[in-house]
Amino acid sequence: MAKPMHDTPNLDELEKGPWPSFVTGLKRLAKENDMAVDLLGQLEHSYQTRLGHWKGGTLGVVGYGGGVIPRFSEIKNPDGSYRFPDAGEFHTLRIMPPAGMHYDTGTLRQLCDVWQKHGSGLIALHGQSGDIMFQGASSENVQKAFDEFNEMGFDLGGAGPALRTSASCIGAARCEQSCYDEARTHHLVINKFLDELHRPALPYKFKFKFSGCPNDCMNSIQRSDFATIGTWRDNIRTDEALAKKWFAKHGMNELVNDVIGMCPTRAIQIKDAGAVAKDGHVSSVNVSDTQALEIDNKSCVRCMHCINVMTGALQVGKDKGVTILIGGKSVLKIGATMGSVIVPFMPLNTDEDYENYLDLAQRVMDFFAENALEHERTGEMIERIGLANFLEGIEVDIDPNMINRPRMNPYTNMVGWDEEVAKAEARKAAA
Amino acid sequence: MAQPQIRKPIEGFFDNKKFLHPKFAANYGNWKYHDRPRPGVLHHVSNTGDEVWSVRAGTQRQMDHYTVRKLCDIVDNFGEGFCRFTIRSNIEIPVSSEAKVAPLVAELENNGFPVGGTGNSVSMVAHTQGWLHCDIPGTDASGVVKSMMDGLIEEFKHEEMPNRVRLSTSCCEINCGGQADIAVVVQYTKPPKINHDLVAAICERPTVVARCPVAAIRPTIVNGRPSLEVDEKKCVCCGACYPPCPPMQINDREGNKIAIWVGGKNSNARSKPTFHKLVAAGLPNNAPRWPEVNAVVKKILMAYKEDGRPWERMADWIDRIGWPRFFEKTGLPFTKYMIDDWRGGRVNLNASAHVRF
Ligand code: HEM
Ligand code: SF4
Ligand code: SF4
Ligand code: SF4
Ligand code: SF4
Repeated sequence: MAKPMHDTPNLDELEKGPWPSFVTGLKRLAKENDMAVDLLGQLEHSYQTRLGHWKGGTLGVVGYGGGVIPRFSEIKNPDGSYRFPDAGEFHTLRIMPPAGMHYDTGTLRQLCDVWQKHGSGLIALHGQSGDIMFQGASSENVQKAFDEFNEMGFDLGGAGPALRTSASCIGAARCEQSCYDEARTHHLVINKFLDELHRPALPYKFKFKFSGCPNDCMNSIQRSDFATIGTWRDNIRTDEALAKKWFAKHGMNELVNDVIGMCPTRAIQIKDAGAVAKDGHVSSVNVSDTQALEIDNKSCVRCMHCINVMTGALQVGKDKGVTILIGGKSVLKIGATMGSVIVPFMPLNTDEDYENYLDLAQRVMDFFAENALEHERTGEMIERIGLANFLEGIEVDIDPNMINRPRMNPYTNMVGWDEEVAKAEARKAAA
Repeated sequence: MAQPQIRKPIEGFFDNKKFLHPKFAANYGNWKYHDRPRPGVLHHVSNTGDEVWSVRAGTQRQMDHYTVRKLCDIVDNFGEGFCRFTIRSNIEIPVSSEAKVAPLVAELENNGFPVGGTGNSVSMVAHTQGWLHCDIPGTDASGVVKSMMDGLIEEFKHEEMPNRVRLSTSCCEINCGGQADIAVVVQYTKPPKINHDLVAAICERPTVVARCPVAAIRPTIVNGRPSLEVDEKKCVCCGACYPPCPPMQINDREGNKIAIWVGGKNSNARSKPTFHKLVAAGLPNNAPRWPEVNAVVKKILMAYKEDGRPWERMADWIDRIGWPRFFEKTGLPFTKYMIDDWRGGRVNLNASAHVRF
């Protein structure tokens, strides 16, 4: 039995309504756990004052420089003691979940056991960066909890100016749009940069995210410094049986309005069956005995729309790989920026492909570590030094897929023009 | 006395293979297509003809271990021992026969976990820490989300929107919740209030000066002690100085307002990804249930539901109808603060004769 509950008139309001209530959960914990009792007291105080009342500090586990988020209550009695003493220390452990956030129930229960024993019992599945957040341990118990999680095979995630925990979509495990092995790539990257993850020494945070296709379920373009997005180089594949089934169900209006009319590059046309172009870059499929879809794959930008609508009837190609975009971040300090294309296509199938990929990641990380200013993300760094200089630094050739359009102002010195033309010719010859 | 042994951590990120449902493992990278037999259920078919049904249900994200154990019981008794979570805190429980779907759905619903969140529904809100655990929050996170989802649960359980709707909330302007079709984000309206007694001891002054996006912070001396001052005419009330210097308190009981942004889109489908745009601000930080915020969110959603065409995301819909009609249909006031005056903001002006009447 835990100590008596504080009055929580505001929080009680959050027990009403049909959506699962975290307050009801906290109250369940408070029956056995004093920390949860005082957490409810502290949170109610925030609801009344409409202000936060935690402050940070420094705390960690042996051997690591990050991964624990220390929290100390700022609500004190006149004598300086905590008003909510059992939640006076309420630290979070960020633990990396299995890629794709898959679990078996045995593991989940074991995680619960550890956190019931050493922490508040409150678990967030998951944080926005992709960690399991075990919320609420005393300073003394942080190490104990970590040791048990670590014995189970789990490791701490990142915090501070470090490589952060990554996230990958479900991808190959259950999604037909997947164009590479997201989980394998995710594992290789984290394991390559464990030092950068655990011992914060970068100019600022650095995030990788992995999406299996341009649907970008992980929001990697907007939320990561290094976005790896699956794509394909050859033609969209088709399946006539599924195309006819789709058409029989949805009809011509939906085909025209929802598929053909919404292709961003007008790459899809409707044709008479038997009258489709016989070009190596055209995909076609009969949707009925009289009509066929024709897709010009040279104009297709791999946006995924038609494939999403007609799943199975239209499928991603077979010559798969990834597009890499660098520089995504949130608002601080120049305003939100998206990653932009650095590698239009890179195959990711053989061991050698993976080595090339990891080499690139290493060059980017090294360049960032050496050239970014303190508290500067990759996106800000690239904006400051210019994309061309960044590419030179990471030894990547320019490519017109990197831009929306060429420059629209004359303010640059083009004295090196002839040399650059020679390089462009050399690139063309090498391709 | 013996010294306690210092344990060295075992560093490394383990393979996820042993956590995969057997159907996921057997058909890894070999799926052909999927459909949705009902909202909340995904049916995937592999190239070998193998099938798996995944039932998706909403959770409160911040879960007590009893809730996690309850979910484990459901997975063990009505599923097949494996589950996963989506990035929006929904649980997905895979089963290998269609016959198991209905009992699993019923068990989840009976235990208060709404089944839905798939396809063109409103999924769970991506959210942050708030008063529960962050050290800089302007509002709560889980409470805002709970009150919002209480009102949107039918939209979670049904697929009646033109396309999927992804929501986020963020309890400061840093926006950890991220870009979304509709994002609810704290907006400060007052410059930081500085406690000059503490600055010298707590803050690294050059670091704080460098943090400000508009160079509004200057070192100064107050009462003989080094401190910082803010040019309040320049200050854009972003709160960036507050995390590195807590004595520069940005949060204010009345000054913290809530803003609403729409049309963020991360997917590349149809249009390129876009950031969300400001459409409402000045809403009160009205704990514990934020009715004013929820009313605006609902108004926007209903306008989109009524007028959006199939497959149009919020951003696509607004691209078609234009901003004047967006404001007309939602009844939201268009104010001068929506005209972007940040660096590079002129690209957001209409430099054409394309005008809607
Ligand atoms: C005291 C300061 C801060 C605290 C306590 C804090 C806390 C957090 C937490 C708890 C998360 C979720 C972590 C997880 O998933 O495990 C998060 C994510 C995030 N934070 Fe912060 N944060 C702080 C400062 C910042 C700053 C300065 C920025 C931006 C410049 C920022 C941007 C983000 C973003 C964009 C995410 C989402 C990441 C993703 O989607 O991958 N945060 N933050
Ligand atoms: S990003 Fe693409 S491959 Fe990954 S889960 Fe989403 S749709 Fe599937
Ligand atoms: S995937 Fe290609 S063909 Fe299909 S809608 Fe997108 S751009 Fe058009
Ligand atoms: S959005 Fe701001 S206040 Fe909320 S958790 Fe993130 S850093 Fe903290
Ligand atoms: S709130 Fe933002 S703009 Fe104002 S002084 Fe602080 S950092 Fe500068």
